[in-house]
Formats: sequence, structure tokens, C-alpha cells
Amino acid sequence: MSRPRSPWAWATWRWPVVLALLTGIGLASGLFSDGGFGDALAGACLAAPAAAGLWFGWLRR
Amino acid sequence: MRSVTLKRWTWVHKWSSLVCTAFMLLLCVTGLPLIFHHEIGHLLGTEVEAPPMPADTPRASLDRVLAVARAQHPDRVVQFVSQPEDSNDLWFVTMTPTPDPTDDFRSVVVDARTGEVLAQPRFDEGFMWVMLKLHVDLFAGLPGKLFLGLMGLLLLAAIVSGAVLYGPFMRKLEFGAVRRGRRPWLKWLDLHNVLGIVTLMWLFVVGATGMINTWADLLIKYWQHDQLSAVLAPYRGQPVVPPAERASVQRSLESASQHAPGMELSFIAFPGTAFSSPHHTTFFLRGNEPLTARLLQPVLVDARSAEVTAAPRLPWYLTALLVSQPLHFGDYGGRAMQILWALLDILSIVVLGSGLYLWLRKGSAANAATDAAAAQPAGVSP
Repeated sequence: MSRPRSPWAWATWRWPVVLALLTGIGLASGLFSDGGFGDALAGACLAAPAAAGLWFGWLRR
Repeated sequence: MRSVTLKRWTWVHKWSSLVCTAFMLLLCVTGLPLIFHHEIGHLLGTEVEAPPMPADTPRASLDRVLAVARAQHPDRVVQFVSQPEDSNDLWFVTMTPTPDPTDDFRSVVVDARTGEVLAQPRFDEGFMWVMLKLHVDLFAGLPGKLFLGLMGLLLLAAIVSGAVLYGPFMRKLEFGAVRRGRRPWLKWLDLHNVLGIVTLMWLFVVGATGMINTWADLLIKYWQHDQLSAVLAPYRGQPVVPPAERASVQRSLESASQHAPGMELSFIAFPGTAFSSPHHTTFFLRGNEPLTARLLQPVLVDARSAEVTAAPRLPWYLTALLVSQPLHFGDYGGRAMQILWALLDILSIVVLGSGLYLWLRKGSAANAATDAAAAQPAGVSP
């Protein structure tokens, strides 16, 4: 644990905002593409929240 | 954040979650096999594929295809005809007792080259049908859909309130912290918070688009009332055109295609059905680009004369509905997207399940968490 922060501190919201942006980019890029770079970008971006969930939920000890 | 504000948001999060959690768990669990419906269909042998033939093999007339299908079920009428997105070698003919919407339908799959019946798969029975019905309307038709839409709205309220509460409850914790001590509820509280925040955007988009999808029937009805009634005014009072008086469907298809060159057929709605008028065979065409392939252009062709009556542009609300569908289904990015969709779905199940566990375990966990947050940061759960 660390010193209490403001509820809206950047340190609290930095990673949630990054993951939300990546998710949004992934959802949108897949919608406008048909294979190729767009789908690869969608996969990479959506892998971020899935990987974060698996890492913090189960893999990290 | 002031204590009273925190308590209000906690109340919103607790009750919006509690009311919708059981239904959202059902939707997440039933949605999981639906992500892989094509693959499961292959495993179960219910997917139909056209036998390979040279690309220049001549195609059977659509009128012959329909005659072949009608011969299988002479006591039924044709409601819809469609082709799969990835193949124009097959025709799926949907046949029902009357043109009215019903769950009593038969599907005849006809080879578009030879005009032979390939299969008559039953889409109204079996495991996947049960999953689909539970997911779409709880076997309760439009009221079931609208009820699930309301639950979706509560989910969105739970997500927004959960995001508002995340900050106050993470004031002393690092991102991703999960306290795996002696108290299991604390571990599940942290898991609820971390999995909730990482899946927040995905679950919000899937939840919102799912909610929009529950309004599809109403939006189509509104469109017919709002925009099509003027187009259909000259036909007012006339009964459904009898099959014997209808023009060639193949000729009607050619008229529709000439009216919207470069577009491909998505499906055909026959006279009197929910997607057409009593006097028209309506051809829903789609574009060729990744996004336009999702958007439909209806072309109303007079069922007697095979001449195009109108091709109204879809209004914004139906365009929004069609664009929102892939964002709910996750069927637009190949196998990788399906697997990620399933993973995020499972993470959401853990978020919902952990919230329920925390509420059952602690009774008034949210209030306790609020008190704890006021003194020292902990977390929040429904």
C-alpha cells in the first residue's frame, strides 16, 4: 500500500484509461477492416485487457 | 469525494448490479458458445457446405430453387431467402405456415448451382437453439427481449457507478493489487475491482450494443410506420399478393440488382412478412466494404410486376443498429477476435460472480466497503 491519493489522481487512472483506449481502438479498427493490419491491430489492442485480467487475476503471485 | 456522494454512488452500484447480475450471468454463459456457433455447428454436423464445383458453373434460377423448396413443404409459405456471407453457392429458404412472425419454421438449403436440396437443418431445436433463445429473449418473444434490454441498461448503470467508485477505493492501492491474505472476501473484492476495471470498456460496449439489439423489432416497426407508409400509400387496403399472381422472383432480383449495382444480396423478404409489405418482395442488399457489408439497402420490388417501387435509405437508427451488431457479436476479426471475446466474456463472468459472492458473503458488503473507504481504502462490490 502507498500514501492515499485523490480519487481522480492520474496514478489511479493511468492504466485503466490506457486499457480503455486500447479496447476502444481494437473494437473500432476491427470494424473498419477486413483482414490484414486492421484485424491485427484489433487483436493486439483487445489482447491488452484480456492479458491484464489474466495477469493480475491469476498469473501474478 | 464527499461521503454522502460516495454512499449514493454505492447505492446505485449495489442495486443496479443486484437486479441485473443473475440475468447478466445467464447472458455471459449463453453467449460463450454463441461466439463459436460456426465451429460448434461444424462439430455437431449442422453446418451445411456446398460441394466444390468450378467457379463458372451455371446457377439455377431462383424460381426453380423456390419451387424445389416449396415441394418439400407444400403446406408452408416462403418467408425469407438468404445466402451465407461467405458463399453464394447456397440458398437458405425459410418456410412457415403463414407470413406472420413465428418460431415454427423449417429451413431448406438448396444448392444454387444444381437446384438440389442439400439439407433441411433444424435451427429450432438442440443445444445451440436453447442457448440462442435464452440469450435473445428468454423464450418470451418481444417482452423477453425488452426485459433483457432493461437488464442491459442496469448493467450500464452498474458499470458507470463502478467506475466512479473505483477511484475512491483505490486511493491507497496500486493498479492490479490483489490482497491474497487470510480473508478470501478481500481477495475477491480486489479481483472484482481489477477485473471490473480492465474489462470496463469492453463490457460497456458489448452491454450497450446488446441493449440496442433488443430494440431491433421495435425500430423496424417504427421505420415501417415512419418512412414506408408513404411509399406504400398507393397499395393501402390491398390484401397480400397471392403466390399465383406474383412475378418471377429471379426477375425481381435482377431488377433490384440493376437498381443498386455493385451491391450483394443479403436476404429476401417475401410479401406480407415482417420485413416487407403485403405487395412487395423486398431485397436487402449490402455493400462490399468491411463497414458497408454490415449496412443494408432495402429495395422494394412490386410482387406483381417485378418493377422497383422504391429503395429508401435506411434511417440513422437502423444504421446504428446494424453497425452495433458486430460490436456485440465479436464476429468481425477472425479466430483471434473470437478467442479474445471469449476470454473477456469469462473475465466478465468472474466480475459478476465475485460481486454476487461478495454480496452473499458479507450481506451489506457495499456499505461496509463505503465505511472502509471513508477510513482507509478497500474496494466496492454489489
